[in-house]
Amino acid sequence: MEFQDGIGTVADNEEGIFTPQRDVREHLVVVGNGMAGCRAVEELLARDAGRYRVTIFGAEPYVNYNRIMLSPVLAGEKTFDDIIINGRQWYDDNDIELIVGDPVTAIHRAAKTVSSRSGRTVGYDRLLIATGSDPFIIPVPGNDLPGVISFRDMKDVDTMLAAAADGGSAVVIGGGLLGLEAAHGLTLRGMKVTVIHLMPTLMERQLDEASGWLLKSALEGRGQTILTGADTAGIYGEGKVEGVRLKDGREIPASLVVMAVGIRPSVALARDAGLDIGRGVKVDDHMVTSDPAILAVGECVEHDGNVYGLVAPLWDMCRSLADGLTDRHTGYRGSVTSTKLKVAGLDVFSAGDFSGGDGCEDIVLRDAARGVYKRVIVKGDRLVGAVLYGDTADGGWYFDLLKKGEDVGAIRDLLIFGQAFASGGGQADPKEAVAALSDDAEVCGCNGVSKGQVLACIEAGNGTLDAVRATCKASASCGSCTGLVETLLAATLGDDYSGERATRTVCKCTSFGHDDVRREIAAQGMKSIPEVMHKLHWSTPDGCSSCRPALNYYLLCALPGEYRDDQQSRFVNERMHANIQKDGTYSVVPRMWGGLTNPRELRAIADVVEKYHAPMVKVTGGQRLDIFGIRKEDLPAVWADLNAAGMVSGHAYGKSLRTVKTCVGSEWCRFGTQDSTGLGVRIERMTWGSWMPHKFKIAASGCPRNCAEATIKDFGVVCVDSGYELHVGGNGGIHVRATDLLCKVATEQEALDYCAAFIQLYREEARYLERTAPWIERVGVDYVKSRIVDDAEGREALRARFLFSQSFSQEDPWASRAAGKDAELHQHLAEVRPMEFAA
Amino acid sequence: MTASNNVGDWLDIGPMSQISPGNARTLPVRGGEEIAIFHTLDNHFYALVNKCPHKQGPLSQGIVHGNVVACPLHNWNISLRTGEALGGDEGCVPTIPLKVDAGRIFLLRDAVIPSRAARKAA
Repeated sequence: MEFQDGIGTVADNEEGIFTPQRDVREHLVVVGNGMAGCRAVEELLARDAGRYRVTIFGAEPYVNYNRIMLSPVLAGEKTFDDIIINGRQWYDDNDIELIVGDPVTAIHRAAKTVSSRSGRTVGYDRLLIATGSDPFIIPVPGNDLPGVISFRDMKDVDTMLAAAADGGSAVVIGGGLLGLEAAHGLTLRGMKVTVIHLMPTLMERQLDEASGWLLKSALEGRGQTILTGADTAGIYGEGKVEGVRLKDGREIPASLVVMAVGIRPSVALARDAGLDIGRGVKVDDHMVTSDPAILAVGECVEHDGNVYGLVAPLWDMCRSLADGLTDRHTGYRGSVTSTKLKVAGLDVFSAGDFSGGDGCEDIVLRDAARGVYKRVIVKGDRLVGAVLYGDTADGGWYFDLLKKGEDVGAIRDLLIFGQAFASGGGQADPKEAVAALSDDAEVCGCNGVSKGQVLACIEAGNGTLDAVRATCKASASCGSCTGLVETLLAATLGDDYSGERATRTVCKCTSFGHDDVRREIAAQGMKSIPEVMHKLHWSTPDGCSSCRPALNYYLLCALPGEYRDDQQSRFVNERMHANIQKDGTYSVVPRMWGGLTNPRELRAIADVVEKYHAPMVKVTGGQRLDIFGIRKEDLPAVWADLNAAGMVSGHAYGKSLRTVKTCVGSEWCRFGTQDSTGLGVRIERMTWGSWMPHKFKIAASGCPRNCAEATIKDFGVVCVDSGYELHVGGNGGIHVRATDLLCKVATEQEALDYCAAFIQLYREEARYLERTAPWIERVGVDYVKSRIVDDAEGREALRARFLFSQSFSQEDPWASRAAGKDAELHQHLAEVRPMEFAA
Repeated sequence: MTASNNVGDWLDIGPMSQISPGNARTLPVRGGEEIAIFHTLDNHFYALVNKCPHKQGPLSQGIVHGNVVACPLHNWNISLRTGEALGGDEGCVPTIPLKVDAGRIFLLRDAVIPSRAARKAA
C-alpha cells in the first residue's frame, strides 16, 4: 500500500516542491487527488502531455484510488492495492508533484496562490477544484459520538473493519446505494446489520416500489434487518455509540453507526474564495468557474443547474475540461444518466423517469421464480424510463432508445422481452444483440465508453479484455459490462479472439469464469450448488457435467465441515470410490502409506484377487497395487475385506491426494541423507483424503539421485545433507514438466508445514481441473514463493486452514460403503429373467 | 412412446422411490441388454439400454443434468428422451418406453424382453 502517515509527500525530491523550479510552463494546481482530479489530469496528459506543470493536493494520505471500489474492499473481495488507479509510478512518470495528507485550506485569487493546512503556499496559473463531495451528517443528538462514521474514504473502511473484527451489531442509516453496500460489507464481515431508511422504498431514486421490495426481500434473506419509513431521532451512548433511537421510540443497539444518507458538493473552499456557488461550484461548458483562472470538475460542481453524483458524467466533464485546457472547444452539454449497479451482488438498472405521470404507460414482466422484474415506461411512442431487477442485460439497449428518443411504437409488443426479441427474429443471440447496438450506444456506464470507442480501441490492436480495460477503460470499474466488451472483442476479432483473459467461463452454462464463481461464493456466502446456479444466473436448470463437479469442489473447499458433498455432482470414480474401466468394471487400489506394505496386507490383497476372480493385479507407478475387474456390486464386499486387514481407500480415483512415493532413504540406502521413507509416510498421513482441483502426487527422495522421481510431482521433496529441498509444479503427463524449486528447509517439520501450506494455496486458488503445473505457469512461481516462502504468517494460516479442512475429510469412504451406506449405488434394481432362463 | 393400456403389457419394476433424483439404477436382463433407469432432478424417469453408442460405457454411472446423461467413459452427452448423442457426436442408444403409475415404475414388456429369436441367437 502506498501510504504515508500524516502530512507528507509522495514525491522524492522534497525541496523541489516548495521552491518552484525554473519551469516556464504554466502551472496547473489540482485541489483533490480523487477520481475527478486525477481523471482530468489523465485526460489532459492524453492530449498534450508536456504542456502544464502539474501539482496535485490530496487531503487523504494515499495515492489516487477508485472510491467506487471501497465497497468490495469492505466486503473483502478486494484489497486497497487492487483499487489504486494511479500508483506512485504514474505521478513520477508524468512529472506530477503529489502532496498528500495536506488539504488546501484557502485560495488567494488575487495572488494566484493556494495555502494548505501545514502552511505551505503554492502559486498557480490555473487552479482546478476537484474537492468532490462531503457526506451528509444528519443533525440529530449524538451524531458526533465515537463510532459514528460515514462511508466515504479508506479511513471509514478501516474503522468499519476494526469494528467488524469485534463482531456485534451495526446500524446503517440510509437505504441508498452507499448504505446498502456498507450494510452488505458489514454483514459479510460478520456483523448483525440493521438498515434504517427514511423513505418507504429502498433506493427510491433508482428503483420503483416493486423492485425496491424485491431488493428488500433479498437483503432480508441474507440476514439483514431493513426498517423502511424509519426516522432517526438520535444516537445514544456514554462516551461512545451504543445504539440508535427512532422517532417511534424503538431503540436499536449498535456499536457502529454508518451514516450514508447522502452527499453534498464540497464547496466550502470555493465559497470562501468568493466564487459563484449554487448547489455546487458553478461552471460553464468548459468547467470554468466565475474566475477564468479557476476550473472545477466532478461532484463539487453545478452545471446548468445540475449536480451529478455518478461516475459517468464526471468522465464527460473531464473530457470537456481537458479539451478546453488544450484549446479544443467541445464543451460539456450535461449528461443523461442511467444506473446499472450491482447492489450487494444483485443486479439492478434504472434510467429515465419511472415515476409515472400523465400519458405514461407501464409494461411489466415478472418472473418470481428467477427473481426477475422488468418495467419499461412508454409515453406515446417513446421510451421514457426503465427499471430492471435481477436481469439487467438489456439495460444498455433501453438506455440507448431512451437517450435517442427513438420511436418504439412498432416494437412495443416485444419491447419488454429485450433487444434480441424486439429487434426481430426472436433469436436470443447476444452477439446479434450487441451487433445491433449503434456506435454511440453506451457500453460502459461507469466510464462513459461507447460501443464505437470500444471498437476503435480493439481495432487499434487491443485484442484482450485486459488490454481494452487498460486502454479505453470499458468494463474497468464495476465490471458489469464485461460480457458486452467480450462480445465486441469476439465479434471484431472473430477467430483471432482467443477469449484470452483471466477468466474463461466455467462452461457453457454460465458467463462467469472460475475465479468469478469462487469469489462470489465467498462474497455472497453461498452454500449449495442450486444457490450458486440461481444467484449467478446459470443458463441451464441444473448445470452440466463440467460445472457441477467444479461447483461441488469450490463449495467443499470454501466450507469445510459445513458443506454436504453432492454425490450427483461427482464423476463416477469419485462416486464409486474406484476407477471405472472400459468394460464398466472397476479397479481398486488400497492405500499403502509411502509405498510400504506388509504380509498381512499382501495376503488380504491376494485373497481379494482370488475371491472375486480379479483377472489382473498390477503394481502402479505410484508404488501401489491395483486390483482390476471388480464389478460395482462386489465393491462393498471387496472393501470390507481390505478394511479388515487395516487398509483404507487409496483415492487412486479422485481429484485428490493420490500417492506419496518414496525411496528407502537413510534407513537402508548407502547414499541416503535423510529418512525419506518416514517423511513420505508422515506426509501421506497428513494429506490423504483431501479433495483438490485435480489429482495431486507427492514424492520424497532420500538423496539428489532422486529415485522417487520427486521432480516430476506436484510436490516433491529431495533430501540433502543439510535439509530438504522442496519442489513444486512437476508433471509426468502429456506435457512433462520438471518442478520449480520452491525453497530449501532445514527440518522435517518445516517440510511438512510447507507442504500443507502449498496444498492449501493450490486448493484455494487453482481452477477446477487445473494441475499444479499449468497453475504455477499461470500465476508464476514467484507468486507461489511470495505466499509460501516469504510470508511466514500467511503460510501458517494456509497450513492451519488445510489441517482444519483435513479434520473433516480423513474418513475412509470405503468403510461406510462396506457398512451399507449408499447401497443403491451398488445394487441392481432387480433382474429380468425370461421364462426359459428361470432357474 | 408406445401407448398401451393393457396392464399385462407393462412390467412392474418397483416403486419410484428406489431411485433418488439425479441417479440411475440398473436392470440386467438375462439374454438381453442391461437397462438403465434414470430419475432426473426435475422428477422425470427414463429408461435406456445401458450402453453408450460410442464405446459401450455404462450410462447409468454418468452425471445426469437436465434430461441428459454424460457417459462416464468419454463424456458423450446422451439425450435421455431420445437416446441420441448430442453436440457434435453421432449415435443412438435404444430407449425403453416407461410409465410411472401410482408411484411405481413400469417398462413396456416387449421392449425389455428380447424376442425368442434374438434370445436363441444370444
